Amino acid sequence: MSEKKIDNTRRNLIVATTAVAGVAGTGVAIPFAWSWWPSERAKAAGGPVEADISALAPGELQVVEWRGKPVWIMRRTKEMLEGVRKSDDKVTDPKSEVAAQPDYAKNENRSIKPEFLVLVGICSHLGCSPQQKSSDEKGEMGADWAGGFLCACHGSKFDLAGRVYKGAPAPINLEVPPHTYLSDTRLLIGEDKKGA
Amino acid sequence: MKSMLLALLFVPLAGAFSAHASEAGYRLDRAPIDPRDLLSLQSGARTFVNYCLNCHSAQYMRYNRLTELGLTESQIRDNLILTDAKVGDTMKVALTLKDGKAMFGAAPPDLSVIGRSRSADWLYTYLRTFYRDPKSPTGWNNAAFPQAAMPHALWSLQGERALEVVAGKNHGPAEYQWSQISAGTQNTVQYDTTVRDLVNFLVYIGEPAANDRKRLGIVVLFALLILFVFAYLLKKEYWKDVK
Amino acid sequence: MAGRLMALWDWFDSRMPSVAEEFRKHMAEYYAPKNFNFWYFFGALSILLLAIQIVSGIFLTMNYKPDANLAFGSVEYIMRDVPGGWLIRYIHSTGASAFFAVIYLHMFRGLLYGSYKQPRELIWIFGMLIYLTLMAEAFLGYLLPWGQMSYWGAQVIVNLFATIPFIGPDLALWIRGDYVVGDATLNRFFALHVIAVPLALLGLVAAHILALHDVGSNNPDGIEIKKKKGPDGHPLDGIPFHPYYTVKDIAGAVIFMMLFCAILFFVPEVGGYFLEYNNFVPADPLKTPAHIAPLWYFTPFYSILRAVPPLFNSQFPGVALFGLSTMILFLLPWLDRSPVKSIRYRGPLFKSAVAIFVVTFLVLGYLGTEPVTVWGQFGSWLGYVDVATVAARIFTLLYFAFFFLMPWYTAIDKCKPEPDRVTM
Repeated sequence: MSEKKIDNTRRNLIVATTAVAGVAGTGVAIPFAWSWWPSERAKAAGGPVEADISALAPGELQVVEWRGKPVWIMRRTKEMLEGVRKSDDKVTDPKSEVAAQPDYAKNENRSIKPEFLVLVGICSHLGCSPQQKSSDEKGEMGADWAGGFLCACHGSKFDLAGRVYKGAPAPINLEVPPHTYLSDTRLLIGEDKKGA
Repeated sequence: MKSMLLALLFVPLAGAFSAHASEAGYRLDRAPIDPRDLLSLQSGARTFVNYCLNCHSAQYMRYNRLTELGLTESQIRDNLILTDAKVGDTMKVALTLKDGKAMFGAAPPDLSVIGRSRSADWLYTYLRTFYRDPKSPTGWNNAAFPQAAMPHALWSLQGERALEVVAGKNHGPAEYQWSQISAGTQNTVQYDTTVRDLVNFLVYIGEPAANDRKRLGIVVLFALLILFVFAYLLKKEYWKDVK
Repeated sequence: MAGRLMALWDWFDSRMPSVAEEFRKHMAEYYAPKNFNFWYFFGALSILLLAIQIVSGIFLTMNYKPDANLAFGSVEYIMRDVPGGWLIRYIHSTGASAFFAVIYLHMFRGLLYGSYKQPRELIWIFGMLIYLTLMAEAFLGYLLPWGQMSYWGAQVIVNLFATIPFIGPDLALWIRGDYVVGDATLNRFFALHVIAVPLALLGLVAAHILALHDVGSNNPDGIEIKKKKGPDGHPLDGIPFHPYYTVKDIAGAVIFMMLFCAILFFVPEVGGYFLEYNNFVPADPLKTPAHIAPLWYFTPFYSILRAVPPLFNSQFPGVALFGLSTMILFLLPWLDRSPVKSIRYRGPLFKSAVAIFVVTFLVLGYLGTEPVTVWGQFGSWLGYVDVATVAARIFTLLYFAFFFLMPWYTAIDKCKPEPDRVTM
């Protein structure tokens, strides 16, 4: 096609200029792509939420909104905690091996204080919010139901530590959000203990 | 001829960048602000939340952005948030524009971008030229902004002053004679510093990204310069052919 | 691997019109005059700016809210809370003004070298249509930040339509969608600014370039290079656009970007000329600012509008002259009776006329940014009339004289002989 020899100077210059232009072009693209990260407003709206648990009676469940999701705070009674023990062999992940909770909730009660259960009330299957089913509702839940939660959408069951029952479509335990106690009556959801 | 034309373009721009007079004709003082002085900005923030943020909001400025000034979130929470706002909230106030207008005759405007609409010089002059005026609804008037509906929010610092305007001799400019009626807790130098810091802060909240903008600008221009060297060499190389 | 890629390309190429052929026709084998100078950068820069405005505009639309209650706040949200939002905003605001600066220089090139003359009248017409569309785009876009200048600028301009006899008030009502500029106006201006007008612009730019490539580019000497072809059938004074002008335009674009970025990063407001101070005050339908001025790129025409007093109890003559001041540019190819295209070979009459026109345009432009009192008043002997108003009136006359007298002074002008071949 062409009889000219390859002009190396020209080729090198083209390569060099294209390289620098490529870097500059990437530099231009970065702020545009960067703008898609959550804005300060979104981050602030997703900030930690304080809950006052002073009025929470034993056995009661309080719901608080955090990052657009319902967070359950349940004050468990002694019977409820015993109920958790009874369901140890009925749940898929009794020791909470799968990371659905912070390290400080990776214990038999999946909480910092045994008395208070803090869970994100969203089923780990497809995102519906389960309902509370107390141990009285044995008719619906079965004779050995020790209390917990039932997700109406596809029937997943969770115990009073948020652990998923075997045979449920939901794969893992309910998420325990990061949380910390600011005092005995104030619970901060969305943030670990200060030091961060 | 071409350069003359290009030069002509800059004539109006030169006018735009110089200090001007307020609408009242009162000559504006230059605001001696340094946008990189973090301590000045912190001091301005403190003055702002204590004296301004009850009637005026700054609804586009987030409290937690003040960490840019070298403060921690708990310092902000403890010293600068006087309401139950969270540190991620914006500086809103309870006084609605409607109530403000009913109380003062004109609603106290939001101050988020006042530094951009009014200019630092105007704000610096305005905040230092309030004077006692028994004829006004608030008892205060202002030399840079006559009939301002705002009372002298910082009067406890500056004290009360009186102004006498003497008509200029031979159609010259008017003379402004200031006198102190009662002392405030700050002397002139201290008050000027307080106002300087406050204006510095107001300019900052008008465009918090300003410092980032300038720093990035240097990097970008430098990168473009390098790109130009290569682009120019490439052009020269190809155009060797053209005669 | 290369074989597979070639096979893929052949599959595509045999099912689509040839991309390679279009590239050859419009770039690699589009022969442009070899003597393009500084004035010839601005066409390519306009395309660059169109791309810049579209991309930055798209990203602004991702966070902007076209609602009268939310618009101003959403712009501040972009400036503060959206990561890198301030940069995208400044790109768009700087780009808007830069676009007009570049377009004016591009049009001026046409004036200098007679690029609008036969056979390039259609290119000029498409260009003028682009100019008008761009003005509409800028006007529509300026309402969006919903500041005081946005609001009152829109109010004033829409009210101009109300001065049209008989249909005026209804027309203004129809444009606004309400009795005053409001949410309805904002929403429709948003739709037009973001989609309708950009599509029109893209179409017009395509037409402009197609018309150009059909005839071939003019050059600083104003002579037709296609008249002297070489043995290979290409103009002797022509060089293929690619690679010569692609490479030159890239270098020019980088210089332009340096100027653009210097403004964007260090003086984005440009003393209130690119971002007006008063537009940082949210729109207040009850309070007109003391001093409304359009953005600098509209001010020459605004000056003309302001200079014309009410005639026959109507503002309409002023509005009509305001409209005429842009529309008359369409007629340039037919007003210019010179046998010669380029200013290089024209006589002293045309050269003086152009010089006066430039001064006129700049002075009218400057006056439009200031209140009419900017140069004080004459004494009682002229009825204390504002000096600036008298100046604007004189320059308005000069502006129109440039066009209306053109058929005469271009015909009688003593031109110089044009060269045979281009001069570098």
